[in-house]
Amino acid sequence: MLQKSISELAAGLRSGEFSSAELTQSFIDRIQRYDSQLNSVITLTDSAALDAAKAADARLKSGDVTALTGIPFLHKDIFCTDGVRTSCGSRMLDSFVAPYDATVTAKLKQAGAVMLGKTNMDEFAMGSSNETSFYGPVKNPWDQQRVPGGSSGGSAAAVAARLAPLATGTDTGGSIRQPAALCGITGIKPTYGRVSRYGMIAFASSLDQAGPLATSAQDAAIMLQAMAGFDPRDSTSIDQPVDQYAESLDDDLAGLTIGLPKEYFGAGLDTQVGAAVEAAVEAYKKLGAQVRDISLPNTSLAVPAYYVVAPAECSSNLSRMDGVRFGYRCEDPKDLEDLYVRSRGEGFGDEVKRRILVGTYALSAGYYDAYYLKAQQVRRLIRDDFVQAFKEVDIIMGPTSPGTAFRLGERCDDPVTMYLSDIYTIAVNLAGLPGMSIPAGMVDGLPVGLQLIGNYFEEARLLNAAHRYQQVSDWHTRMPAGFE
Amino acid sequence: MEWEVVIGLEIHAQLATRSKIFSAAPTAYGAEPNTQACAVDLGLPGVLPVLNASVVSMAAKFGLATHSTVARRSVFARKNYFYPDLPKGYQISQFELPIVHGGYLDIDMQDGETRRIGITRAHLEEDAGKSLHEDFQDETGIDLNRAGTPLLEIVSEPDMRSAAEAVAYMKKIHALVRYLEICDGNMQEGSFRCDANVSIRPKGQQAFGTRAEIKNINSFRFVERAINYEVERQIEVIEGGGEVVQETRLYDADRDETRSMRSKEEANDYRYFPDPDLLPVELDQAFIDEIEKALPELPDAKRERFVQIYDLPRADATALTGSRELADYFERTVAATGGEGKLCANWVMGELSGVLNKEGRDISESPVSPELLGGMLQRISDGTISGKIAKQVFEAMWSGEGDADTIIEKKGLRQITDSGAIEKIIRDVLEANPKQVEQYRGGQEKLLGFFVGQVMKISQGKANPGEVNKILKQILSG
Repeated sequence: MLQKSISELAAGLRSGEFSSAELTQSFIDRIQRYDSQLNSVITLTDSAALDAAKAADARLKSGDVTALTGIPFLHKDIFCTDGVRTSCGSRMLDSFVAPYDATVTAKLKQAGAVMLGKTNMDEFAMGSSNETSFYGPVKNPWDQQRVPGGSSGGSAAAVAARLAPLATGTDTGGSIRQPAALCGITGIKPTYGRVSRYGMIAFASSLDQAGPLATSAQDAAIMLQAMAGFDPRDSTSIDQPVDQYAESLDDDLAGLTIGLPKEYFGAGLDTQVGAAVEAAVEAYKKLGAQVRDISLPNTSLAVPAYYVVAPAECSSNLSRMDGVRFGYRCEDPKDLEDLYVRSRGEGFGDEVKRRILVGTYALSAGYYDAYYLKAQQVRRLIRDDFVQAFKEVDIIMGPTSPGTAFRLGERCDDPVTMYLSDIYTIAVNLAGLPGMSIPAGMVDGLPVGLQLIGNYFEEARLLNAAHRYQQVSDWHTRMPAGFE
Repeated sequence: MEWEVVIGLEIHAQLATRSKIFSAAPTAYGAEPNTQACAVDLGLPGVLPVLNASVVSMAAKFGLATHSTVARRSVFARKNYFYPDLPKGYQISQFELPIVHGGYLDIDMQDGETRRIGITRAHLEEDAGKSLHEDFQDETGIDLNRAGTPLLEIVSEPDMRSAAEAVAYMKKIHALVRYLEICDGNMQEGSFRCDANVSIRPKGQQAFGTRAEIKNINSFRFVERAINYEVERQIEVIEGGGEVVQETRLYDADRDETRSMRSKEEANDYRYFPDPDLLPVELDQAFIDEIEKALPELPDAKRERFVQIYDLPRADATALTGSRELADYFERTVAATGGEGKLCANWVMGELSGVLNKEGRDISESPVSPELLGGMLQRISDGTISGKIAKQVFEAMWSGEGDADTIIEKKGLRQITDSGAIEKIIRDVLEANPKQVEQYRGGQEKLLGFFVGQVMKISQGKANPGEVNKILKQILSG
């Protein structure tokens, strides 16, 4: 059951081999059995899940089904879910029960997918290790002394340990791809605007994008299909038809041109991780792809630009967490200022405060031009690098992360080193491009992720390339020990 | 020292949309607190704004009507500050790239002079909610019904030189937004309000003095009083050897004074930046042309037409075009009389406006329709009734007794034009006042008025005054 693909599970449900209620119960059992080790789930919604599973079973009988009807999934706790606590990993929203569904939540519900619960994450998605969560760190199932990556660490760890076949994630600066890499699973961040942001608690609005985490590209394609599409409630979502991702998964890769940016293979990259990535590229050559060295000259500017733009936007986005209408409020505020200062001082963790301060500074009168405006100009340069590259190649490949999963606590006191773990993923968000991470090797028992970057709206091409690789490799089928 | 006053106004006009600027919640005034605020207005986590397209057309109309540039590309920006009735912790407004900029408006002053007031810009933004301090002990209530209401903030150049000019400008903008049907202009409900930037400088000096900003003034009268108070205050400060400080002040209408709210040092750094949740507003020329084609006739053009077509004095035309409703009422009245422009103007601006004012009613609530009024005025011009009798007829129409003809018949108010009947009354009057006849003939010609008065009295005002005069003179000279 644990190694079955979504299509196989769906076939089992349709044939009556097992019911959604049984399938759902089996994953609830696994969460209850294993999650005390991982801490990947903040809120388990088991009884609502069983109700939804029964409804899905009825729907399965009626024949009105989608590829996800009756399939359980875990939902990152950043997506508003009607009637369910939506904490965003923060004390600030520990008591916040969302009164409405995010568009992604609603779409998955309509498809008949069964939500098992809400997953742990870095507080307000700010982090690369899942250590900033108010609910405590998530452990990497491959080595519980190590981080799962972040910010979608709970979703990635849960899927890696097969506590759910699928999970949602969000990616502002690598938050789907980096934990997917560190946990040995498949994750895709679509083009900015492909998936609605409505109801997804904003970190950095111009960068945030939701996507699926799964064990294979094939499964990710099915879940992305259900999540993607124009939403009139999100002005930045794009009104363009969604490709049928499953249809092109098996397309031949002959003639595909892969670009390897030299900046992604330089200093800072773990040599063994680099070797694993190169081996994967060799496999692509065997599949008929051509490989070309390219350059993305402004790569080194991505992290600094990101750490101006993202904090600036978050400093404004998080202003609504003021203790007035919802969420955490300090005890006995003595006046308005005290209400603000203590509610926010007590409700937010250190990393969130650090970014609010950085962002507030970057937007201040007299600094705006030097920081925010400059960062936006850099962003244009980074985008232009990619536009230029995609004139010559179809897909850009490289490592997802410079190393494998690091130890819990190792980088907590060193934000800059922590930020550098996103060095290969952040530029993709700044440019708004689709990016993907797939398992491509193991180093010392820890997974290595291969990153695939596509041109705008070429999710289908990424999924196709990832799927073809997974047909000739078995990294994605490997499971961490102890979760059988 | 002679001082020159420098005034610039920021007018907030609430745009007359059914739903809010970034959400589908209704904008209707006066509902129970927090019943007209949806998740977006409450600033719940995860919600996103979606621009109400009708505000764009409304702003474009305003721009075209004020000789401004309607920007092909404008950008919404976040103005960040904390306040309990500002749910998101920022207001969505426009900063560097407003939708309208660089226009002007000509205002007519009472001395007959015209002044041109520059319009720096007009930008779209959302209103905040309301903090309620009165009804709660030691607590503040928040009503977010108004949060997200669309506003057009119209910023003038510092081109006004007196409180009277500021009021004239504000009235003209008020009339204009109502002509354009983009704002209901209701000042009591806060649909139209302004902030005034006031400074003084020695006459002849080029550089501006330090200004104070008077916030949230919601009537024409208060604008005038607040500015006059503030000017006096600033003169006193400077002549007393002090300096005006840049600050925000509040006008207290009860005490007729302005009070300091916060100084420049306490002012917020709003950390404006483009709102990443909203795309830039991009307009093509065809859209702007369509709006221009659909613009109604504007006050200045209408006034010129009234002068031309109805042969009205300029002052009458200005008064009648002060609001679109008044102008429409006037034109319908003229149509009902078959073209008596001046007569209609006199009645609309005189009797009708008088009684409306007295009863505090708007012209749209007049019980006498333009058709009724026109029907009556026709009876003046065809000689059926005199102007004096018409006032009686008008009063009867006002109290709902029917149209002019019905009232004239019922009350027997028809003018006596039969010269035989008039002559008989005159002879009776002369017979009864032989002494006066003698005096008149002896040269005291001003007694003619006495005889006319007697005749009118006996005829109960119904004798045609022209006829009375004519026949009276004939007989007396005979």
